[in-house]
Amino acid sequence: MRRKKDRPRETNPDKTALTRRDFLKGAGVTVSGGLLVGSKAADAAPAPPEAGVVGPGAVPVTLRVNGKVHKLKLEPRVTLLDALREHLDITGSKEVCDRAVCGSCTVMMDRKPVYACTVLALEAEGHEVTTIEGLAADGKLTPVMAAFVRHDAQQCGFCTPGFVMACTALLERNPDPSLEEIEKGLGGNLCRCGTYWGIRHAVLDVAKGMKGGAYGKV
Amino acid sequence: MAKCKYDWPQAGERELIGKRIDRIDGPEKASGRAKYTYDTNRPGMLRAKLLTCPYAHAKIKSIDLSSAQNLPGVKATLVIQGPGSEIQWAGDEIAAVAAVSDDIAEDACRRIQVEYEQLPHLVREEDLDRAQAQGRTKAGGEETTGDPGKAFQDPEAVISKGYYGIPVITHCCLESHGNVAEWPDAKTLKTWSSTQNVSGLPGQFGAGLRLQKVEVDDSNIETVCQYIGGGFGSKFSPDRWGIVVAQLSKLAGKPVQLMLERNIELEMAGARPSAYAKIRVAAKKDGTLTAWDSESWGTGGVGPAGHPPLPYVLQPPNTHWKHTMIAANVGPARAWRAPNHPQACLLTLGALDDLAAKLEMDPVEFLMKNAHLAPQGLGQVYTEELQKAAELAEWKKNWHPRGDKTPGHIKRGMGVSLHTWGGRGHTSSCNVIVRPDGSVTVRLGSQDLGTGTRTVIAISVAETLGLPVEAVKVEIGDSKYPPDGASGGSTTVGGVSSSTRRGAIDALDELFAAVAPSLGVQPAQLEAWNGRIRVKGDSSKSLTWKQACAKLGVKTITTTGKNPGPCHLNDSGVGGVQIADVSVDTETGQVKVNRIVAAQDCGLVIDLKTAESQVYGALIMGICYSLFEEKVMDETLGRMLNPNMEFYKLAGIGDIGELIVHMMTGPGYDERGVIGLGEPPVISPGAAIANAVANAIGVRVSTLPLTPDKVLAALDKGGLA
Repeated sequence: MRRKKDRPRETNPDKTALTRRDFLKGAGVTVSGGLLVGSKAADAAPAPPEAGVVGPGAVPVTLRVNGKVHKLKLEPRVTLLDALREHLDITGSKEVCDRAVCGSCTVMMDRKPVYACTVLALEAEGHEVTTIEGLAADGKLTPVMAAFVRHDAQQCGFCTPGFVMACTALLERNPDPSLEEIEKGLGGNLCRCGTYWGIRHAVLDVAKGMKGGAYGKV
Repeated sequence: MAKCKYDWPQAGERELIGKRIDRIDGPEKASGRAKYTYDTNRPGMLRAKLLTCPYAHAKIKSIDLSSAQNLPGVKATLVIQGPGSEIQWAGDEIAAVAAVSDDIAEDACRRIQVEYEQLPHLVREEDLDRAQAQGRTKAGGEETTGDPGKAFQDPEAVISKGYYGIPVITHCCLESHGNVAEWPDAKTLKTWSSTQNVSGLPGQFGAGLRLQKVEVDDSNIETVCQYIGGGFGSKFSPDRWGIVVAQLSKLAGKPVQLMLERNIELEMAGARPSAYAKIRVAAKKDGTLTAWDSESWGTGGVGPAGHPPLPYVLQPPNTHWKHTMIAANVGPARAWRAPNHPQACLLTLGALDDLAAKLEMDPVEFLMKNAHLAPQGLGQVYTEELQKAAELAEWKKNWHPRGDKTPGHIKRGMGVSLHTWGGRGHTSSCNVIVRPDGSVTVRLGSQDLGTGTRTVIAISVAETLGLPVEAVKVEIGDSKYPPDGASGGSTTVGGVSSSTRRGAIDALDELFAAVAPSLGVQPAQLEAWNGRIRVKGDSSKSLTWKQACAKLGVKTITTTGKNPGPCHLNDSGVGGVQIADVSVDTETGQVKVNRIVAAQDCGLVIDLKTAESQVYGALIMGICYSLFEEKVMDETLGRMLNPNMEFYKLAGIGDIGELIVHMMTGPGYDERGVIGLGEPPVISPGAAIANAVANAIGVRVSTLPLTPDKVLAALDKGGLA
């Protein structure tokens, strides 16, 4: 890890109670880099200082989002989603289930789709984060977005950015998916208004227009 | 037929109405630029969280916020229900904290010490006798028509008895309920609210705040909602948490956002009442329906929740129904898309399907035979829709009598249902503004729930002015605009299309008056067509829209259009028929929807594309509640066991099968004017799918959702397996 080890640490009396949210966030960090937030998931007592441990107070975090570098000071428990939405005002990714079920928060890390509600901002350091705002940076709709409009693959629109991200990632991996591959590839996203019919057709339409794999070269 | 001034154009004269037109806010949504209440980031904004009650029934003995208040970053706290308050459901609000971040607000809520005295609760209502024994029941109405006692005793009568039910489900809006509140000065409140009721919210905020001794005039409150992430009937009021966030904002002197956490959203911010019933139905041997008798019960929380309209749609000459309301300690009911209809539909059309099976009749023929028992005027609609749906579903080819006799463990079945809804346009007012530069704006305090309201408004005005859709700027979602009704009960499209039609016709009148002298004709000789103002019958005499508007000089036209108003522009009362085709795996109990066909009328369709989307969406929502959704309550804990989206299941993109939507349009439908469409198509899927499952496996699965355990249990009791 390239994190400085001599970062000042603060103690937080609230870390004595472990919630589902804390658990997810702690577990997420452990998996990715061996960092611990405040305490180990299985141990509610305040952790002694350890090499490589940061927080629980705010620490500097550098995020690269849609090609732009942002230097932030965040508590280590802050998710990538909250960092984007609340600290950077990049609000296209939505918070819905807040536990990696519905896909409304989908962003790409190094062009791979991830649930931003279950990635810590710290974990996103060193990666290129792309949000829906980064797909249409020039203000023009991407082929997927245009197909969503054409096939009316959206109603209230709250799940739409997540679906657009998931569809884009799917088509980048597999420019000519079958219906089964679409259903599997988009199985991690949920909609309440019932826009799946339009989404299915939007993806098939884009794939048809992109035969030959042009989408994979985006 | 004498033409009334504001009438919709005749079929041959429509340039836009009834075509498939892209929703005008589609690009904003698809690109992630659309800003919802949840996305509102005001300068210096605090985030608030609620502390909610963990018990289904309890009294608050004491509450101590001091530790929460001492936490750095906490800017305001509020006791919502203090000592002595009796809490009637788990998830009810106790206290709130506003802090500099979500996480700190959550930390602070955890520090609040509340002492409760637990009281006895009841949270499961399917067992009526148990609820009665606990004194939790209340009469919910009873009615008799004709002589059902005699009709059931008729020795010629074929009688079917059954038990049917549909549990409490939630709204599960993807954008949870919530608001941002900001006081620009001590007397003025601005809210960004996730609401179906933009024009109505300021008055409700004002009343709620004054009850809490916060003085504010309704006229100094503005509510904004440009985009809303789902409502489905659950977002008509600011709710207590809305008043709370305005109080917190006042206390902290900063803007505050409070959006419900997902678990709270599912526990208490939306529920559809349950309905269970023991039903008897009778018919003559030829299938003519003669009698109905039902004893039903259900819960809408601790308060009353009305009763499902039984029997639904088809009214035999002899009926008796009796309903019992159960006061259960669960989050209170809210209007859920077509209130009480999906329940009534499942109970009735399920019972009728079982009767048809007993009569050994094809259920489509059975419904055709009894369509005359539908309310006035709808019989013919149902007959046409049954024919159309049966044709699209290849009913004759695919239907078989109860129980798929083909070998193997995958059994296929077909089921049919029908439904009705009102949907008359609500009270609406708008301003139509035409400026000398040719720009056109239409403004009203409406809201677009994703149904396509913006697009319908643009089409109505553009069609009237002879302009393309893009030429009309639609401004909605702000209570400062002319008031428009709440979006509930499928009333919006009728209301806004009518008010904007009238406003646009009046604007055109003013424009014709300004233009007529330069074309040397009377205003009445002019018409708007294809981006021009021209003399009727002499297209050589015309001006472009811009040239015409330039004749206004410095005058801007501003008209007010209203609904209700002159001429017949909207109506009420639709039918709708759906046919489901399912496969059931008798080894796993899993139900798979192969296809659903919907034939739906809604009078004059304004935008065929968004209208069809309403039906596709309703079918998918119907699959959700037929196969997956249930608010699972635990009697011991008194709590909902699945207040999250991994166990409160919604259908995914792989669960929907093939959907076929047919809108009934043309002569007989169009001249009725505009009728709302949001509710009706969500009513039938439960009955159609449940009937299809019964047709596949030869036995009824009594209650929704049709989960594998229930399917296997039904098979054990006497199905095909």
